Amino acid sequence: MSIIRVHNVWMEYGDQIVLESISLVIASGAFVSIVGPSGCGKSTFLRMILGQERPTRGIITLDGVALPHEPGPERGVVFQRYSVFPHLNVLQNVLVAFEFADSPLTAKLFGSRKRAAVEKAQALIEAVGLGEHAQKFPSALSGGQQQRLAIAQALAKQPKVLLLDEPFGALDPGTRAQMHALIKPLWRERGMTVIMVTHDLKEAFGLGTRLLAFDKPRTDPQAPERYGARIIYDLDLSRDGPVPVLGFSKPIESRATAYETTRSTSHA
Amino acid sequence: MRRAINIVPGSGTRILLVLLPFLLIAGLYVVVSAERRAANPGDKLLPPITEMAESVRRLATEPDRRSGNLTLWSDTAASLQRLFIGLGTAAAIGLVLGLTLGLLPIASAGLSPLIAVLSMIPPMAILPILFIAFGLGELSKVVLVVIGIAPFLVRDLAMAVAAIPREQIIKAQTLGASTWQLLLRVALPQAMPRLIEALRLSLGPAFLFLISAEAIAAESGLGYRIFLVRRYLAMDVILPYVAWITLLAYIFDWLLARVARRSFPWAYVQEAR
Repeated sequence: MSIIRVHNVWMEYGDQIVLESISLVIASGAFVSIVGPSGCGKSTFLRMILGQERPTRGIITLDGVALPHEPGPERGVVFQRYSVFPHLNVLQNVLVAFEFADSPLTAKLFGSRKRAAVEKAQALIEAVGLGEHAQKFPSALSGGQQQRLAIAQALAKQPKVLLLDEPFGALDPGTRAQMHALIKPLWRERGMTVIMVTHDLKEAFGLGTRLLAFDKPRTDPQAPERYGARIIYDLDLSRDGPVPVLGFSKPIESRATAYETTRSTSHA
Repeated sequence: MRRAINIVPGSGTRILLVLLPFLLIAGLYVVVSAERRAANPGDKLLPPITEMAESVRRLATEPDRRSGNLTLWSDTAASLQRLFIGLGTAAAIGLVLGLTLGLLPIASAGLSPLIAVLSMIPPMAILPILFIAFGLGELSKVVLVVIGIAPFLVRDLAMAVAAIPREQIIKAQTLGASTWQLLLRVALPQAMPRLIEALRLSLGPAFLFLISAEAIAAESGLGYRIFLVRRYLAMDVILPYVAWITLLAYIFDWLLARVARRSFPWAYVQEAR
């Protein structure tokens, strides 16, 4: 189980309000896509769940326990870039996750414990399709292969929640399609909750079971920093029929929302 | 006619181009030295190569009448011992402080300004303090080398560690790494190639501080010898010694470059392309 509850969370940098009054519940095992225009705070939202940033107000809980304000092994992450270690080869990049856990002092394993960890790491590398590249350094891998490696790394800790920050944004369309084909079965098999920030609407709808659209429903032209982004759309994609809209029994400023909707659609 | 920027020398031409300036300088020296000799047989400023070779042979193979040592080798051993102890100590300080400052915001807040100030102290200006505090023996010379280059190493490594992408540090934490493990497995290995590059750049200053310290107070050493024979205008000893020091420094630089590329191939991928 891994239910994430976000209670009235605000994020402010000085005078600038980035996110305002975000409240939602993410069910265990959901695949949540987050879309929205650049700079609307979707990555900030992801970083708050990751623990990289702490909300100015409000609280985020995972299975009823407030999230610690630092990253931890229960929340895996794949960034768009730089999330593999350039000084370790493919196998070592995954192996290091087991070494952190089993060897607090030297973070190195030897003998039979190392063999067991290598076996587990090798299985993960095979699972993401990098089996034949185990001895290569990341610099010798293509962009898609590096992201595969980052996914294998993240899976090593069997996180309850996997956070993806525009993971396929820098990849060409063909590679991106391959990555979609990779991530979906991995998510199904492992039953973890996935939260993915993306700019690609097709990807967001294609992969997600739920889609959140972030945008600013209100703007003050004289003081654009005074209003932050909210969740303006919350769609359940897990059914076959017309897409029902979740969590909007009491719509906020319906006219503004309608206006913003056209904008966020044309943005895509 | 191709543009000049597109003309790349082949390997044979490259070797020739490398040797050419060295041969030109050597040739020029021989000619000028011969001319001075012709004008004044007692000239000591530009001794001919044969005289320098004779002096080197004497210093390298005949025991010194007073100490019984082979002068060139005992000088070299004394200087290199000081140099290596100094470089090693500075590297250790650089690594420990650099990693700490680069990785821990709290250490950086407390120590970075202090190190920035300390690194501005001209090391030669406190040489008298070192002689007073540590005596005229080996220690003061080693300490001068350490004080001369450690602040540079600390700052350079702290910057390199701080420049490790934030994503990697976060990723390591999501993989369960503690601060210590992060330092050991993420920051340290990525700091090592930079440490070696910084040491290469420090070789010149290290020799500078070493020879300065030896010139002022020592009983052996390459710098000591040069400043000793200066009194007799013995250019036939000074010039080969300078060439010897240069050769040693060049070899260490080359060795460090080799070691870095052999041990940390991943850090030089861009270069190979």
